Amino acid sequence: MTAAAGQRARRGRGGRRAGRAWRGYLYVLPAAAVYLAFAVLPALHTAYLSLFEWDGVTLGEWAGLRNYREVFTDPALRGAVFNALVLVVFFALLPILAGLVMTGLLSLPRASLGGAGSRRRGLGVYRLLFMLPQVVPLVAVGVTWRWLYGEDGLINETLGGIGLGGWARPWLGDFDWALVAVGLVGTWVLSGLCMMLFLAGVHKIDPQLYEAARLDGAGPVREFVSVTLPQLRGELAVALTVTTVAALASFDIVYVTTGGGPGEETTVPGLLVYKLAFTDGKVGLASALGVVLSLLILGLVYVINRLSRTERT
Amino acid sequence: MRRGGAGVNQAAGAYRTERWSGYVLLTAGAVAVVVPFLSVFLASMQPSGEPVVGMEWPQHWSLDNYRQAWTVAGFSSLMRSSALIAVGVVPASLVLAGLAGYALGTMRLPGGDGVAALFVAGLTIPVELIVVPLYFDLRSIGLTDSYLGVILVEIALFLPFSVFWMRTHFRTTPPELVEAARIDGASSWTVLFRVLLPLARPALTTLGVLVFMWSWNQFLLVLVLIQDATKRTAPAGLGFFVGQNNTDVPMLAAGTILVMLPITIVYVLFQRSFVAGLLQGAFKG
Repeated sequence: MTAAAGQRARRGRGGRRAGRAWRGYLYVLPAAAVYLAFAVLPALHTAYLSLFEWDGVTLGEWAGLRNYREVFTDPALRGAVFNALVLVVFFALLPILAGLVMTGLLSLPRASLGGAGSRRRGLGVYRLLFMLPQVVPLVAVGVTWRWLYGEDGLINETLGGIGLGGWARPWLGDFDWALVAVGLVGTWVLSGLCMMLFLAGVHKIDPQLYEAARLDGAGPVREFVSVTLPQLRGELAVALTVTTVAALASFDIVYVTTGGGPGEETTVPGLLVYKLAFTDGKVGLASALGVVLSLLILGLVYVINRLSRTERT
Repeated sequence: MRRGGAGVNQAAGAYRTERWSGYVLLTAGAVAVVVPFLSVFLASMQPSGEPVVGMEWPQHWSLDNYRQAWTVAGFSSLMRSSALIAVGVVPASLVLAGLAGYALGTMRLPGGDGVAALFVAGLTIPVELIVVPLYFDLRSIGLTDSYLGVILVEIALFLPFSVFWMRTHFRTTPPELVEAARIDGASSWTVLFRVLLPLARPALTTLGVLVFMWSWNQFLLVLVLIQDATKRTAPAGLGFFVGQNNTDVPMLAAGTILVMLPITIVYVLFQRSFVAGLLQGAFKG
């Protein structure tokens, strides 16, 4: 819009305008070149490799869509995708739920108790703390939880201390509990982010909406459901996008906590892409899995943003 | 919980109860966040090589494990690699994204929206999608086991967000500023450097700290592109040590703290920028 007005003023100079407009691309060129060379082309190359059977050393062999068929039929690969979807529950749904509950409890008194200042007091330190797990390397987070979940780790010690020693187990090596244990690490990492996202969103809501709700006799719960929740739609979409991508593309936490085990219980697509390509010599299959994973992520992100947009209007 | 139709006083009472339970929960959450960090810290203070059980207060405080991690376990060189890569990635990202964001945000480029969309399309690209061919392609041109290779890929990986971020920023600057300078005969270059750049400092700072964080924390990419143990980055080195089933927990705990320390310091120093960025949906897998 800016440049449009400026250009209209200069319309007299005619022919040079077109050249001038294109010249703006000189600013975009360096970024575009790096992006194309080191992100777009590799992505296309992955799609190309996914059509071959290749061990990374000898000559590849055309495979058509065979690798894709394997992604959808091989139990190990399907299992990995399924595990990633289970992780969505822990990385996305639980943190968002926790964030909403906390937001509801902390911000309901909007209309009844004082101004914004009184409510925000002391939140700064909490905010700093709650975002910390999101900021430090996931590898370090994984290492930390590996110890907490260990046989002599804090979790088992605590269980023993409160008389639940029977529950103690090596959580990350337990066939029933390993995936849950890994998932809860994600919950720990992402809950604070969701909470802060929603709390920030609540502060942008027009207080008059709350006053109107209260005049209609709405209680705290009613108020939350009919005012806060719909107004937070944008923040919900952002939280859902960030956390879902984190779950589906997870690698770091799984790699350092369980390495995919026990058995294949916690194997996720990211881990398989790495293993198939660099230890099993199945580069084509790894590529196909990478493509499927990316399409899954893209599809879910599209749906999330589509839903949040149509419902808002 | 009260139903609708309660009197104002009753409702206020309910609000107050909920608020208190809110703060109780908030504190519980804070404890849940702190305990894991605290337990690593306490583990790093235990005598080297001894098994760590639960959370124990150390008998005496000493930095021996840190010294050992820094020298013997080589965390000093791991951290140096990470720092070198970040020093390459952050300024380059700011320059590239600043320039591109300026053009895409303030000029009317033919097909500019399409180009912007192309960058945005990369926002959700997971590392998993590009890492496999990158290894083979970069190896063939000698860019594996090289900081330059990692730096270039990280810049590319973070560019979708970076360009998107700077474009959004430049679009919100008042058009009158640009127009006034243009009427005075300023070139687009002068407009950027004299008029817009000083105003873009907060946006650039936020972008800088976010890119630093993503670069410092990057794991999968480095794991694949750098095989040479002497060039590993901090997270990759830490992941490697754990993978070796190293049993010297106190020393590894010290290493873990060391890896977290730089980014935590940057986070505390630039908390406003971080929070602004993270709350506006900044993410990179």
